[in-house]
Amino acid sequence: MGILLTIAHRLAILVYVAFALFPLYWLLKVSVTPNDLLYSEGVRMWPSHATLEHYRYVIENSAFPIFFRNSLIVAGSTALAVTLISSLSGYALSRFVFRGKYAVVALMLITQMFPLVMLVAPIFKMLSPLGLTNSLTGLIIVYTAFNVPFATFLMQSFFDGIPRDLEDAAMIDGASRFTAFRQIILPLTLPGIAATLGFVFTAAWSELLFALMLISGNDSATFPVGLLTFVSKFSVDFGQMMAAGVMALVPACLFFLLIQRYLVQGLTAGAVKG
Amino acid sequence: MASIEMRDIVKSYGDHPVLHGVDLSIADGEFIVLVGPSGCGKSTLLRMIAGLESISSGTMSIGGREVNDLKPKDRDIAMVFQSYALYPHMTVADNMSYSLRLRRSPKEKIAAAVAAASSKLGLDPYLDRRPKALSGGQRQRVAMGRAIVRQPKAFLFDEPLSNLDARLREQMRAEIKRMHAEFGATSVYVTHDQIEAMTLASRIVAMNAGEVQQIGAPLELYDRPANLFVAGFIGSPGMNMLEGTVISETGSSAVRLTNGTTISLGQRVDLAEGTSVTLGIRPEHVAIRPNGDGAAATVELVEPTGLGIILHLKVHGLPFKIFSSDRALLAPGAGLTVGFPPERLHLFGPDGRRIPLEARPGDAPSS
Repeated sequence: MGILLTIAHRLAILVYVAFALFPLYWLLKVSVTPNDLLYSEGVRMWPSHATLEHYRYVIENSAFPIFFRNSLIVAGSTALAVTLISSLSGYALSRFVFRGKYAVVALMLITQMFPLVMLVAPIFKMLSPLGLTNSLTGLIIVYTAFNVPFATFLMQSFFDGIPRDLEDAAMIDGASRFTAFRQIILPLTLPGIAATLGFVFTAAWSELLFALMLISGNDSATFPVGLLTFVSKFSVDFGQMMAAGVMALVPACLFFLLIQRYLVQGLTAGAVKG
Repeated sequence: MASIEMRDIVKSYGDHPVLHGVDLSIADGEFIVLVGPSGCGKSTLLRMIAGLESISSGTMSIGGREVNDLKPKDRDIAMVFQSYALYPHMTVADNMSYSLRLRRSPKEKIAAAVAAASSKLGLDPYLDRRPKALSGGQRQRVAMGRAIVRQPKAFLFDEPLSNLDARLREQMRAEIKRMHAEFGATSVYVTHDQIEAMTLASRIVAMNAGEVQQIGAPLELYDRPANLFVAGFIGSPGMNMLEGTVISETGSSAVRLTNGTTISLGQRVDLAEGTSVTLGIRPEHVAIRPNGDGAAATVELVEPTGLGIILHLKVHGLPFKIFSSDRALLAPGAGLTVGFPPERLHLFGPDGRRIPLEARPGDAPSS
């Protein structure tokens, strides 16, 4: 009975993983399928003849490297800015009692309630006279603003999990509150910081709506917008689009590889009594 | 080392007062134990000494210097927490040296201080380990070590032994006492364990509901509790408390209990007849009289402790405890006669305060 259950359990996980990963597999498959085989071979799990031609074309002849660079700048800066701000604000919410605290929390929650589409026009109106449309800086500011509330709550929950006694002890040992925060609390929040970085990075990396509305022209387009350039009036160049998509996955994958050690710690934190 | 002075220390959270004006002078080198039930304000008072809680009103000084507005880091005190509060990402050696490193002490001095503390506490084999890899007792030692490497003006302990098992607690208790004898450092120790209070303290401060109930040497609190609270809190098993009214007998006063039993005080007391009072007697002071006069009691429960036995009795319906080192096996249901030696009685007035009985040797004369 136990073994059967285990097998069923593993099988269910396997089915789920296959389901979740299949689109990625299809992305990869289409990206290496030559154009002439794309429609002629019917539905096949792997083309009879694979090619890296699409990749070569995308790297050499399209604006994709620029999109890629822009996306890296935007997502990386947003992730850093949001993590910096939210680790400070999350700490404040976790540790301090101050006037208006609940009003601030409520306001931050309210910002999360609007469909973003509603805000596109006003934000455009605000950024335009400041010269922040069609600029990566503008995008970074908008993304940071929208991600800070959630990241703050995320960081707060990590700080809540760290006993106050630790910073009390550090302050008695001779640290100022900020030193205690930097030397004692922050190192213990690394899993939370990693989770926040990862969450914000992927959110900014794949954001389309604002990037599309605030950016025109290839110079400051990010990669999700850039993907749309493979859609022309009469056809969609699926091979190149998928090749670009596969390449766009690389930084996100690398990033998570880098932080996964902390992420796993974060997911299991609190499971074991310190 | 330093003395600590508290003058009319008040703490309130909003409109809710938790400490109502505490006055306490702690001499240099004294070991003071703050004891009381949960929520009595003892931990809050300790945290106020540390600077972790603000002082609502009153003055606090350490070593003659007012510290009301001084940050914890500038008070030069060390604290051992109930949770130990070891830095999980640092090794034992780094935990112990953190305070010295913050002060940018010379490397050799830090190394020497850590080495001295660790050898004293038997931590040498563990210096490179993280706290996670240590047992509860070892973590406790690291927390102690972290405090002593600093040689601070005063040591604060916030229920440091509560998380240890009974045997380890006993061992660490003795060790703390030994360390205090050796260093002579001013120490303030918070506990709800009256055994810890009795064994460690030079003076005990018994607290309840945000007020100091009595300050004195351990045996003074034991022998002459100032009020019902202290009488009930200090001592285990706890003092028997019997309510009754003062009556006059030939030659002396007596107390008639609610069940009708009369207990002689062996002397006249200056109270009007009919005054309601509480009579206290410690379980170990109740006399068991094989066939003499006294009150008849029935045994309800027998608790052997090894050191002796605790008998739960009913005396004319009133619950009562006796501690005796005599192991005479008494089964539940058995009957015996108990006596109340007048020189062992404690008398508390209607306001709960102690009324001195002059016959008692060593009792302070009534003022």
